[in-house]
Order: sequence, then structure tokens, then C-alpha cells
Amino acid sequence: MFRSLLFIPGNNPSMLQNADVFSADAIIFDLEDAISISEKNNARNLVRNYLINSSVLPKQIILRVNAIDSEWFYKDIELLKTNKIDYLLIPKMDKLTSDKLTVLLSEYEAKNNMPETKVIALVETARGVEELPLYAENKRLIGLFIGAEDLANDLEIKRTESSEEIFYARSRIVYQSVINHLIPIDTPYTNINNPEGLLRDSTYAMSLGMKAKASIHPNQLDTINKVFSPSPEEIKWAQEIIKINLSKPGHGVFQYQGKMIDKPIINRAEKIIEKAKIFEIL
Amino acid sequence: MKGIAGSKESNDCLISVETNDKTTIEINSIVGAFFYNQILKTIEDTLTEQGLKNVKVVVVDKGALDYTIKSRLLTAIERMKEDV
Repeated sequence: MFRSLLFIPGNNPSMLQNADVFSADAIIFDLEDAISISEKNNARNLVRNYLINSSVLPKQIILRVNAIDSEWFYKDIELLKTNKIDYLLIPKMDKLTSDKLTVLLSEYEAKNNMPETKVIALVETARGVEELPLYAENKRLIGLFIGAEDLANDLEIKRTESSEEIFYARSRIVYQSVINHLIPIDTPYTNINNPEGLLRDSTYAMSLGMKAKASIHPNQLDTINKVFSPSPEEIKWAQEIIKINLSKPGHGVFQYQGKMIDKPIINRAEKIIEKAKIFEIL
Repeated sequence: MKGIAGSKESNDCLISVETNDKTTIEINSIVGAFFYNQILKTIEDTLTEQGLKNVKVVVVDKGALDYTIKSRLLTAIERMKEDV
């Protein structure tokens, strides 16, 4: 479970050596778009040696690998042998990519006697959005991540401050995530000098059902963590609901502050408390 | 044959490796007064791991950690081998 994910270019030693101190729930070490073709091996070597030799690592580690049909993919997944990577972030996911990935990873894991690799799908093409129902059941998946910049390129549209243009894709990702018990992860807000815009965009994404948001700069993390955490008021409400429910065993329904409380509401309260505990705010 | 990797950015290092008639290691580091021996050991250990002899290694270090130095050297070696 995460609220915030921070991209770190795999070829940046200064950011790598500080990766564990950032307040992100997960760090995404990027071997793909942030790395020029000539520096792919340099970045891969740096991330590998960082993972092997650092005594303190981020809480959760995600590796964004290059596309599965690129010449770098197999070299990238060699980093799984460090046993330090929690999830792979797979670019340009669609049905065909999902099927190929399953075969490639299954062969690789069998050959190297490794456990099943868990994956986050980067949904960043029109095909990827439309084919979500065809691959979101892939048992390796733990999350769906909307990549709005590439999606806008694919659609030949401009990204705007309101992000109205990605409403459909965001919603589709949220719905498919809920159906398949995955984490819907929102696209980064790319204007790092606009904290108000970040807050607005994060709050809106959260209101649509996104459970986490990626970031491209550490100064975005506190806002994202705050937006995607249960608020003190929500936690207090949830605690009271659970307390009353426990004091009335056998009562399916009860009233709280004039409102009917039934099983779905109790479940929601339990989720809020669970989240608060995981994110260490309770 | 020669390979170069890294940069002169803070916390990084620029390393060049080229074939030579004997192994020589030259280190220019902003923290050399304190860490020369440690940097030298990282370079020597990595060359030994790679089974590499008779190379000239030049390191311009801007405060890189050991794993960064090792990574840059490994990439420089890969590039040297590709430089035919």
C-alpha cells in the first residue's frame, strides 16, 4: 500500500544516496524515460550496486524497466537478482504486453529459481486504457498507474492544468483497480513550482478514487502524503464507529450522529483505521 | 581501447580506463586527503573482480560513494571492451 511514489533517475548518485530519507512510501528507480540511450548501462550498474551495497534502503522499491520489446529489458530485470526490488513498473502496458510479460517473467523466474515478480502496469496509451479489462486480472499486478504525459502524446492532445483530458482514463483505471483489488496510482503533477496546483490536482485525483500519486520532486511528497492519508477527523469518526459497533454485537444497523450506519460504512471505517496504522499516523 | 563513464557532478566521479603496458591508477579526489586509500581499494578490488590487468585508470572524484565509484568503473570497462 502506498500514498506517494517518487521517481529517481537511475543515473543520479546524489538522489540515490538520499533515497531512504525522502518521505515517499515507495521509490521508483527509473531506467526508462529519465535515462538517455547512451547511459542505460551506466544507470543500471549504478542502481544495481546501490541496491547491493547500501545498508539502508527505501521502504518499498520499484524499478521502472525499459519496454519489454526493447534491447534493455532483459538486462534491466537482472536487477531482480539483488532481491531488493519489490515491484517492476512496466511501461506501455496493454493486453499483448501483459501476455508477453507473463511468459518472459515466468521463464526468467523458473530459470533463476526466483519467486513470482509483482508488477505495476504503466497505462499510458489509448490501447492500454481500452484494453484494461483484458489484462487487469493478471495475477502479477498489484497496481495500475496512469502515465498522462505519454497518454496525451498518444492521443495527440495537450495536457492542461485542469486535467479534464484524462478524466476518462483516470476513472477507467480506478474502476478496474477496484474490481481487481489493485492500487490506482495517479500520474505525477509536473509543475514542481506550483504547490497550489499540486494540492488541487492531488485532491481531485483522490476524489475520483485514486489511492496514491507519483511525484517527480521530493518537495511534492508532503502534500501528496497529506491528501492521500485519512484526515484526523476521518480517523476520529472511524474510531467511534468501530467502538459503537463493538459495543453492540449482533446489531446489523445503528445510528451515529443521526445517520444510519450499516456494514458498508463499518467496512469503510475499518479501512480508514487500517490505512492510518499502515501509514503510521495512528 | 578506452572507456569513460560518470560525470564531474557532485557525489559522482568520472572514470576512464584504457589498455596499457602495466596497471596504473591515478586518483584526483576532492576528498582524497581522507579517502584516497578507500577509493584506491575500490578500484583495485573491482579490477581484480573483473580479472583486468594492464590498464590505466584515471579517477576524477567529486565525493562519490564506493558503490558509485565501482559502478562507474564497471561501465567504463564495458565501454572499453566495446571500443574496438
